[in-house]
Amino acid sequence: MSVQTTETPAATGRDGAGGKGRKGGGSGEGRVLNVFSHGVLIIWGLLVTMPLLWAVISSFKDDGEIFGSPWGLPSALHFDNWARAWDKANMGQYFFNSLIVVGGSLIGTMLLGSMAAYVLARFDFPGNRFIYFLFVGGMGFPIILALVPLFFVMKNMALLDTYHGLILVYIGYSLPFTVFFLSGFFRTLPTSVAEAALIDGASHTRTFFQVMLPMAKPGLISVGIFNFLGQWNQYLLPTVLNVGDPDKKVLTQGLVALAVSQGYKGDWSGLFAGLTIAMLPVLGAYIIFQRQVVAGLTAGALK
Amino acid sequence: MQHGKYRFIVGFLVIPLAIYAIFVISPFVQAIYYSFTDWTGLSSDMKMVGFDNYARLFKDSVFWAAVGNSVTLLLLLPVVTLSLGLFFAFMLNVGGRRRKKAVIGGVRGSGTYKILYFFPQVLSIPIVALLFQFAYNPESGALNAFFQAIGLDSVQPDWLGDPQIALWCIMGAMIWANVGFYVVLFSAGMSSIPKDFYEAALLDGANRFNTFFRITLPLLWDTVQTGWIYMGILALDVSAFAFVQIMSVGPGGPDYSTEVLPLYVYQKTFRDGQAGYATSIGVSLLIVTLIFSAIVMRLGRRERLEF
Repeated sequence: MSVQTTETPAATGRDGAGGKGRKGGGSGEGRVLNVFSHGVLIIWGLLVTMPLLWAVISSFKDDGEIFGSPWGLPSALHFDNWARAWDKANMGQYFFNSLIVVGGSLIGTMLLGSMAAYVLARFDFPGNRFIYFLFVGGMGFPIILALVPLFFVMKNMALLDTYHGLILVYIGYSLPFTVFFLSGFFRTLPTSVAEAALIDGASHTRTFFQVMLPMAKPGLISVGIFNFLGQWNQYLLPTVLNVGDPDKKVLTQGLVALAVSQGYKGDWSGLFAGLTIAMLPVLGAYIIFQRQVVAGLTAGALK
Repeated sequence: MQHGKYRFIVGFLVIPLAIYAIFVISPFVQAIYYSFTDWTGLSSDMKMVGFDNYARLFKDSVFWAAVGNSVTLLLLLPVVTLSLGLFFAFMLNVGGRRRKKAVIGGVRGSGTYKILYFFPQVLSIPIVALLFQFAYNPESGALNAFFQAIGLDSVQPDWLGDPQIALWCIMGAMIWANVGFYVVLFSAGMSSIPKDFYEAALLDGANRFNTFFRITLPLLWDTVQTGWIYMGILALDVSAFAFVQIMSVGPGGPDYSTEVLPLYVYQKTFRDGQAGYATSIGVSLLIVTLIFSAIVMRLGRRERLEF
């Protein structure tokens, strides 16, 4: 009680002192800045959302409207664009391919990445540092340099244009960051819990899966989101390694192939519908899980 | 126990390491070897040619155009993207109306702004690139239609078709896609700076611009530096490749005005069948990347401020 009574006057006194000298100037600056900052912020907000809204609106137009009045609203909602994009333009198939490849590589990356990270973070053995830097060094190299020989490695192993080939490559290129991030994370976990499990007779493997992995859940979620978005949006690797069989294309390459072929066929409304189909699920998932997504991605950039 | 430990270590490392070695490490090492050969990539015939590929680079005008464009992206893209990110983050966190007691405050609805700004970050590059390609379309694109609507009929640029501005158009799309991420990242950093610092500065009569340059930026320096490296790698590698390959005419055109190093590596290998030469371009890309990282690290070396 007494603490409160002494604190309040002090606080107001400080406020008063701050405001007294330049009272008019101070609040005026605040108001002007407030209007100015909202103005600037709204402009960028519009710049970000308009192209997306424009794509969604265009996906309901027919071709004539897209060309005649790019900024107008559709006269009728042409849902047939979406059906055409899904079936005829193979967007359904591409979506399915992306699901398989990303599903497989995400599970593989998380499992193998956390296994390697755990061993490297918590066990002392000769070559530990060497292997760690071998993994981590992969983060800084330009992928394009490796792609030329990689194409031939895959060709010799008959892995081009296969789901499992793409999955293995996605895992390989996701490992550097995953190992780097998770080994940092495993290092921060208390050793006493793992020791207790070992004393109770659990094997190393069992300790890992039943004790350490559940404890590392926050880190796993961050890296998982980071890897999911990276692998779902991957474009360079499939563009080079997945070119023979048109039915095996993933969503991102499918979209680009669609755009190139529409240039000749002229089904622009179908292409906008395809873009929207590719865009909306990710945006929807982001809006639902936005806290986790932001935390996952920013953790990824900072660590 | 000891025996069990080693079996465990080997068991856990062997599969990840094998995948990594086969698909990542071995191609990198091979690339450096191939850059000294005349390999076409089509057959298994090749012979060592020493530094011939590298000598050829010096006379290749397309290569130099690509170096020029890549370095332009490398210098400008991080500056513009990070500045915009810092500016918006500062507006969000400090630009608000002064409320009772709080010396600085965020604007109302800053959470909503952050959610909106982050949108492009979750979209794949092809989606963003295609959207902008439509917007830039000279005949029916949104941009020229907009100029027409506001009465600027005479201003109808050819956008991606004009060698003078094509690279800037692509850069615009890349900036658009990345600013939101830095707004969120820098906001997080700014909100962890203690409010007393701002209070003290404002009592001393500092205005908001001074507080930004004297308090916010120095305390955020580590994050800015990380962002700088991250953006630089985007500008040199995957991101630049995808944007240019999808958006530009040619791709790489018009008149090599948008040619960048990663795209040139790709074209030399898969279009021209000169895999050996392509890898030497890739090695020079690696050198540019390493020089860039070294410079940023050196410039960024400062006293760490604890708070």
